[in-house]
Amino acid sequence: MAPTAPSSRQDGNARRRARDVSWLAGGLAGAGLAAAVLVAPADAVQGDVQRLMYLHVPAAWTAYLAFAAVALNGVAYLLRGDPRFDRRARAAAEVGVACTAVALVVGAVWGRAVWGVWWTWDPRLLATALLLLVYAGSLAVRLVPADPARGARAAALVGVAGFGLVPVVHFSVVWWRSLHQPATVLGPRLPPPIDPLMAATLLLCVAAAVTVAVRAYLWRVSSPLPVPTAPGGAPRGVHGLPPVPVACPSAEPAGPAEHAGRLVGPGGRR
Amino acid sequence: VTGRRRRGLLALFAVLLAAVGLLVTGGLRGALVYYRTPTEVLDSRPPASERVRLAGTVVPGSVRETGTRTVFRVTDGRRTVTVDQHGTPPGAFGEGRDAVVEGVLRPDGVFESDTVMVRHSNEYRAKGRAG
Repeated sequence: MAPTAPSSRQDGNARRRARDVSWLAGGLAGAGLAAAVLVAPADAVQGDVQRLMYLHVPAAWTAYLAFAAVALNGVAYLLRGDPRFDRRARAAAEVGVACTAVALVVGAVWGRAVWGVWWTWDPRLLATALLLLVYAGSLAVRLVPADPARGARAAALVGVAGFGLVPVVHFSVVWWRSLHQPATVLGPRLPPPIDPLMAATLLLCVAAAVTVAVRAYLWRVSSPLPVPTAPGGAPRGVHGLPPVPVACPSAEPAGPAEHAGRLVGPGGRR
Repeated sequence: VTGRRRRGLLALFAVLLAAVGLLVTGGLRGALVYYRTPTEVLDSRPPASERVRLAGTVVPGSVRETGTRTVFRVTDGRRTVTVDQHGTPPGAFGEGRDAVVEGVLRPDGVFESDTVMVRHSNEYRAKGRAG
């Protein structure tokens, strides 16, 4: 079971940590943007449009990381039933879906510029679209059962099983013929076939993307779960409610668990 | 209200499932063998009714542009197919580079294409710098 509500000092610590991560994320993102636009050289073949790499690749790698976090927390939730793991898995899934969407959209623009098409039924693109749908599905499936604990279990199962797609996405360019290029940095060639300044810029942008993603994760993990809306569309009170017991899949019957799972406020599960 | 919300979410989930199904059935068929090589296309001779993708290196010196058409040859190092492309290829298209074309193989052995895609390598070098 989750511990009782955190003390205000823990709250303050969490806020300070989130603020520190915000500053770090902002600084790294600014430095990454400057490096991508001003420092990194234009590509010999593709020209300036290749700079989209500094957003496309970090977004894709950060999505892999986020889905790994979903899978790990999903396994922990299935084994232990502690709702904190479910909250973490959900927050990581949201971050991962957003990153995958960014990688797809930026990749489409890059593809239009260099390949000549926004989209094609290439194995890498197809597998990535599937990955996006599966993790969007993991976010949707939790809200289908009436009992939120069952929804959380379903989300955990999808989140764990869906991680099997990540290696498929990564190795799709090796296993099957594709229009998408094979890996430059995470490939077999050493040293990677990339200009050192480009590689340094890419690593900086990866650090920035991961930090921004961590900040987004901290925000989502501390935000309330979706709340059923009142007839007028206004959300029913969350913060005004007295503390409710936290749902545990095995310990709670279906009825009260619905309220417990949906209506716990931000501090209730930390 | 909760019931309506649940119906909406069920519908959303159904749409996501349907999208996965569509991607698997519609996409996997073509995606697992994303393109064929000139040797494969010339050996299997797909009928003119079957749309295929063909990939190869654009033979240097083979590109001719006439009006709205671009004619060039692609090779896999063993065999070569002449491509008759309707429309302008993308800017990165060029001799010696890899291209994927979509269209049909005419009975006369010329590949009639309406889409050219440029395949780039995984190598990134600075513009105007050697190495």
